[in-house]
Amino acid sequence: MFKKIVLGLFVSCMMLSVAHAQQKGSVLIKNATVITAAGEDLQNTDVLIKDGIISEIGKDLKAPKGVETIDATGKYVMPGIIDAHSHLAVTRGINEWTNPVSAEVSMEDVINPNDEGMYAALAGGVTTIHVMHGSANVIGGQGETIKLRYGMNQDDLKFQGAPRTIKFALGENPTRVHGQGFGVQPRTRMGVEQIVRTTFDAAKDYKVKREAYLDEYAKWAKRKKGLEPDPVARNYRYDVINDILAGKVLVHCHSYRADEILMLMRVFNDYGVKNYTFQHVLEGFKVAPEMAKNGAHGSTFSDWWAYKFEVYYASAYNAAIMNKYGVVTSINSDSEELIRHLNHEAAKVVKYGGTSIGDAIKMITINPAKQLGIDKQVGSIEKGKQADLAIWSAHPFSIYAICEQTFVDGVSYFNRATDPDDMRLVINPEEDYKLHETAGREVDACMSGVFEFLGTATDSHSHN
Amino acid sequence: MKKLNLFLVLCFWAVTSLQAQITEKPEYGKFAITNAKIYTVTNGIIEQGFILIDNGVITEVTAGVAKLPAGYKVINAQGKSVYPGFIDSGTLLGLREIEAVPVTNDQAEIGEFTPNMRAFTAINPASVNIPVTRVNGVTTVIAHPVNGTIAGKSTLINLFGYSPDSMAVVADAALQMEWPSSGKRGFWDQRDEKKIKEDFEKTLKNINDYWEKARFYNDMMSAYEANPKGKSKPDKNVEWDAMRPVFNGSLPVVIDVNRENDILEALKWIKEHKGIKFVLSSASEGWRVADKIAEAGVPCLVGPTLRTISRSYDNYQAPYQNAGKLHKAGVMVAIRTGETENTRNLNYNAGYAAAYGLGTEEALKAVTINPAKIFGADSKIGSLEKGKMANLMITNGDPFEPLTNIETVFINGYKIPMISRQTQLFEEYKDRDSTN
Repeated sequence: MFKKIVLGLFVSCMMLSVAHAQQKGSVLIKNATVITAAGEDLQNTDVLIKDGIISEIGKDLKAPKGVETIDATGKYVMPGIIDAHSHLAVTRGINEWTNPVSAEVSMEDVINPNDEGMYAALAGGVTTIHVMHGSANVIGGQGETIKLRYGMNQDDLKFQGAPRTIKFALGENPTRVHGQGFGVQPRTRMGVEQIVRTTFDAAKDYKVKREAYLDEYAKWAKRKKGLEPDPVARNYRYDVINDILAGKVLVHCHSYRADEILMLMRVFNDYGVKNYTFQHVLEGFKVAPEMAKNGAHGSTFSDWWAYKFEVYYASAYNAAIMNKYGVVTSINSDSEELIRHLNHEAAKVVKYGGTSIGDAIKMITINPAKQLGIDKQVGSIEKGKQADLAIWSAHPFSIYAICEQTFVDGVSYFNRATDPDDMRLVINPEEDYKLHETAGREVDACMSGVFEFLGTATDSHSHN
Repeated sequence: MKKLNLFLVLCFWAVTSLQAQITEKPEYGKFAITNAKIYTVTNGIIEQGFILIDNGVITEVTAGVAKLPAGYKVINAQGKSVYPGFIDSGTLLGLREIEAVPVTNDQAEIGEFTPNMRAFTAINPASVNIPVTRVNGVTTVIAHPVNGTIAGKSTLINLFGYSPDSMAVVADAALQMEWPSSGKRGFWDQRDEKKIKEDFEKTLKNINDYWEKARFYNDMMSAYEANPKGKSKPDKNVEWDAMRPVFNGSLPVVIDVNRENDILEALKWIKEHKGIKFVLSSASEGWRVADKIAEAGVPCLVGPTLRTISRSYDNYQAPYQNAGKLHKAGVMVAIRTGETENTRNLNYNAGYAAAYGLGTEEALKAVTINPAKIFGADSKIGSLEKGKMANLMITNGDPFEPLTNIETVFINGYKIPMISRQTQLFEEYKDRDSTN
């Protein structure tokens, strides 16, 4: 009977997921300049999308029956922008800040599909975002990579097949929250290192004990003779840590100063952690050769700096230098304002440091895709890839370029020509004026929810 | 051994003293910028012309080829464009160094009414944020205090100089005021509508009481000054004394206000105070009541342009279109970033306004001649004209474009070194592998 119920539940779940199957679109975009992010731009080129996949790129392509054709003469098509650092689409609270380690929690559980900020991002040509936990803890919660299928539910926003990720954070934020706020380690950058090492060691020990117990239990369960072995309880936190050590979860680490970047690379080398990304990484340019040597990626702002002390010696030339040394570099937003014009943020990398336009385009497309482990599926316009792309009125690095249409899986989720004003999915009749217009860098963007509680916010004019 | 130590010390001294020389000196004197495309702002575009600068002042702006008198350093700007230096109409530059470090924040004095505070006093000419800003073509900014209701006086400064005195274009540019909001202050604000209304009315009453006292003080002092014979001089009140230029119309009042209702309330209040120059600032919902603002004849310091929508049901472009809609309604528009360390992004705030309805020509005015007029400095700055202060930039294209490079900047006639700590860090670290 029990089995039948389980089976029944399983089947109905399957049906539910079929009912919510993601839409896939077909469309032919004619005669555009195609910025592929995988080689040279293609002039006067057509892109044919079939069932959400880029099926052909070439000249004089014909639309199959019933497939819409869009004339993009004089326009630009570029891959959907990927933001490797976002806190959009989250039900309030991105910080489970109550412990220096909170690996067990996940943004997956708090995705808010009704956030109209996603629509504004689509209108800026963005198609995929990495929704991250905040930076209050040394080892924070797990992230969630989603596609901006605005109007779909929580599950259907998920980027299918995207690897799991987790947030780490170094420097001022964890030391302020835990050391300064609670009087526990870490109060210093020395303490931050020890939290990571202690946690990794404890997780490894736990794994040995837990596996030994499970073995013994399995043996005992066969015969049920003698004493049942003493249980070793499952520890979700350490399970996640062990998945990091096994390479199943990609680390995205909030970091600023050169010394802390070097520290974490040392620790990761000791524990065999690979394929990780430093977020913000505003002093990455000071240790770019070391980052390149270790295969560490960097995801940074184009020009934000000086909002706190650990970014006072930062520079808008950061991305250019990291890129020059061969670090896989991306430009992110960490902001519901900045996410709307990441194209112009990437353009600034050309201005500050002379990066090529082609490399700067990669910083908002294929490079963040690599950092999120989704570069096989998205991040460039190539045959066989998922059809996430946008049509622009001019080269997207021009200030006058306006995003006209954005596609996810070949489905148009933003069309400026038919764009209505009100794009809310849920209407709160109480709501009038939004009290948090965002502009410029918010000092504590990644610390949302923490200092309101601790009451240590120092400046009445900072937003959080 | 001792000798070796001494040698090492000397080496160290030599190296550090070399590093201590952190900026090149600016050049000053006579310059001729030739073969340039000149965006004068007030007299159209000169396709091919030249500009002469003589000890800080623009002495010629004209089409054609220069026949130079002797002694001019020539800057051949063939294929380049020359623009007036940009003016940001609202920043904390020079007042705040690092937002999260309270001891470096000098923009907010304690008190609800502090009209005697002067931003000019607290400008740090050596702020690291200043060179970072000016090498992007922003030569002049308003820096303003932010506390309470009447915070004090803003200052209009050039971004080059060793003292506030040498930087100031208008030392006291405007009285900075924040309009009390008739709405909730945050999601944590639990007041009901009745309480919100009461609080607003109470604050407004406080403003009116204070304002009337200041006005009375001015009348009293003026009466005394006109005819002091046989009267004893009234006691000085530093706060109200600081407001006297407001009442004779020589010091504008900048009111920071955003919500539609608040703007309307502010306009009502402005109407009740004749003879005073008022300016609105920030004005994120200005576009909703653009006609009313135009009717009141009040200029607007709009921005930042790059901000999110103020109501979740608004079109995503509303903030970008704000300046354009206000201009179309007939409002004189200037653009501000509200920034500190990234005031350099004024160019792109203007660029977004240009792309979304304001147009390039008007957006250019909004960061040059319009703010100069609003702050009474148009005889000195805001355009490329004979007799004006030499504040200008030479570019390889439209300065609103992120791909454009600002190649040369003049501020108050000084050809400033195109160096900031960020460029120095770039020079130091771009080839780090060559040294270790």
